[in-house]
Amino acid sequence: MTQYAHAEHKNSAGSCHETGVQDVIPIIDDIIGRYRGTRGALIPVLQSAQNLLGYLPKEVLIHISDQLDIPYSEVAGVVTFYSFFTTVPRGKHTVRVCLGTACYVRGGKEVLDAISKELRIEVEQTTEDRLFSLEIGRCFGACGLAPVVMIDETVFQRVKPSRIRALLDPYRIGPDQEADHETN
Amino acid sequence: MCKITINGNPLSVQDNATILEAAAMANMRIPTLCYLEGLQPMGACRVCIVEVEGSATLPASCSTPVREGMVIHTNSKRVREARKTVVELLLSEHEGDCRLCERSEDCELRKLADELGIRKNRYEGEKPSSATDTSSVALVRDNAKCIKCRRCVQVCAQIQHVGVLAPQFRGYRTTIGPAFSDPLSSVACVQCGQCAAVCPVGAIVEHSHIDEVLSALENPHKHVVVQTAPAIRAALGECFGLAPGTLVTGKMTTALKLLGFDAVFDTDFAADLTIMEEGTELLTRLMAAHQTGDRSKLPQFTSCSPGWINYAEHYFPDTLDKISTCKSPQQMFGALAKTYYAQKVGIDPAKMVVVSIMPCTAKKYEAARPEMRSSGFQDVDYVLTTRELGDLIKMSGIDFTALEDSPMDAPLGISTGAADIFANTGGVMEAALRTVHAVTTGRPIGMEDLHIAVLAGLEGIKTASVTLSGTIGVWKFLEGKEVKVAVAHGLGNAAALIGHIRDNPDEFQFVEIMTCPGGCIGGGGQPRFTTDEVRRARIAAIYREDEGKQLRQSHENPAVQQLYAEFLGSPLGEKSHHLLHTTYEQHERVKSH
Repeated sequence: MTQYAHAEHKNSAGSCHETGVQDVIPIIDDIIGRYRGTRGALIPVLQSAQNLLGYLPKEVLIHISDQLDIPYSEVAGVVTFYSFFTTVPRGKHTVRVCLGTACYVRGGKEVLDAISKELRIEVEQTTEDRLFSLEIGRCFGACGLAPVVMIDETVFQRVKPSRIRALLDPYRIGPDQEADHETN
Repeated sequence: MCKITINGNPLSVQDNATILEAAAMANMRIPTLCYLEGLQPMGACRVCIVEVEGSATLPASCSTPVREGMVIHTNSKRVREARKTVVELLLSEHEGDCRLCERSEDCELRKLADELGIRKNRYEGEKPSSATDTSSVALVRDNAKCIKCRRCVQVCAQIQHVGVLAPQFRGYRTTIGPAFSDPLSSVACVQCGQCAAVCPVGAIVEHSHIDEVLSALENPHKHVVVQTAPAIRAALGECFGLAPGTLVTGKMTTALKLLGFDAVFDTDFAADLTIMEEGTELLTRLMAAHQTGDRSKLPQFTSCSPGWINYAEHYFPDTLDKISTCKSPQQMFGALAKTYYAQKVGIDPAKMVVVSIMPCTAKKYEAARPEMRSSGFQDVDYVLTTRELGDLIKMSGIDFTALEDSPMDAPLGISTGAADIFANTGGVMEAALRTVHAVTTGRPIGMEDLHIAVLAGLEGIKTASVTLSGTIGVWKFLEGKEVKVAVAHGLGNAAALIGHIRDNPDEFQFVEIMTCPGGCIGGGGQPRFTTDEVRRARIAAIYREDEGKQLRQSHENPAVQQLYAEFLGSPLGEKSHHLLHTTYEQHERVKSH
């Protein structure tokens, strides 16, 4: 992930599912306007769009392709190249388990298995209640803290398989309490 | 200039040359697979690697510029072994049965493996699963055969500005194809087949109609007629080892008769007819603009090239009102074969089969368009590319090069030289101007050999102007007027020209667009491999064919004159409107289902 993913238009995790595609088109157009004429605009625009919606629906990709005058096949090529991008709606929270070398040798795979078992989903799937999506990461740059798990933008260090439930439970609380949790 | 040494030979080459170009100048061939002349090199296939003294790695010669004092080895042991490994690894992922592949004769990968002496599989790689995409009317893609050289990606995006093919996914899962590896029919592919023309292996080919044509020919209850596009006669010989630009009109006609076609006709006839209709349409639009000041249908764009029509419908809907409503010659021919000709010879059009031989894959799509049924039947039933006709002739055991010449049949086989040049970029425009000049002034156009020299050749966008003087009759309003015309070939050039016209809407009156570089002679269905040198040879042959004809202006075609007298009435008349003209509609670029 690059700086843009964090810099641009991060919706609060609580509202991203409710944002409609049509609502974000003007915001995306605004972002595209700022990148117009700049080489390499595609990736930051895609990141911003995904941050707004939680995923990249086809109509948004077609819109970005038209506005940036980049063939749709090339836009899709970038979206399918980077595991960060997704074209299917994600859960409210994205759990990314790092399987980079350091995390892997210090038990990242066991952590992944434990989360998979706890959430009863496989990698790249979303729980039925649309609360969690599970993904694999390839190094978050926190190798000294391995094994590492990221939930949304928060990094958890030295995660043990036995502590998984405790890690996830705060994200399972109701929406009225959530605001408090997120400010932590 | 910089001094380098290649394989021990000192050379002086231009500073910005690549190693590949420098070696070519010294007549040392370095094998390539992804390289395409005139495009930015990609260095994707690694076949062209060479050894540069002092360099730790073997750089790709296509994308490495020369440096002063460079000492290069193109064929050292290290290079040979590495190059062999590169090709072996490509083979290890290439899932294809060479015994059954239609590219087995001219597959560049197979040829390369042979040249490098690869006689066994050292690497048994995991093969991609075969996923043949037959969703497109004109083209069939088999990703299992794809070696990801990206030539198709480059041609589609850079030459044609269509860009429906790109690498999807990543690493081992990479495939070349439309967005998200969706079927080709779900995106705005214009069906031009330039991808199939440059594919080094059998991963993209035309959708074959050979079996359908054979069964029609074998059916005693069918009357099977064939039309041949002008570009075929300058290229078909290449399928039989003749040099590019060898004219084989007579041999082709004999071969088609031997194949069992009941009548061998010429799309040239319909090209002459197109000039009558399209020229009249242009003059009518000019008159309307003169009388009412309404220039909304100018400049008039040509409509012969079905890839261009697809491109305009998907990418430039604002040009649709300006495109001539004339069907392409192929479709005019089909509509007339099943009406005029059927009546003339007393054959039930339901029992008639019209086959086209085209240099083009988009013609397969055009023939299948639902609106192309004005005879009451599908006007053109099957379309074979030049390559498919070559295959059909070989399949039938005909010794093509030994054939005697024979003439085409009347009446739909009679044509003028103006029709022949439809095959070349600039040719439709030249043919139209010959007739427009003659109709409005009563005199042939005053150019040497009737050629408008500035419209010939491979420059991407060409312009010309003809001043009309001595005008007669209703055309006197054109007296002293300059008719300015523009020509573009290759859709990237077309897009640039349309951009210019948007900014300068009154500059041109008539614009010719051909989809493929060089025009139809460089079509996606022509024998491989079409380089600029080959294009020039075919273009020159077509001009020779034109110059060899007694009649050189479309309106002089006696069979066309007879058609108007007996059947159509006049150009743009009611019958013409019904049989020879069409409409266009905007299409979305990506199907949003």
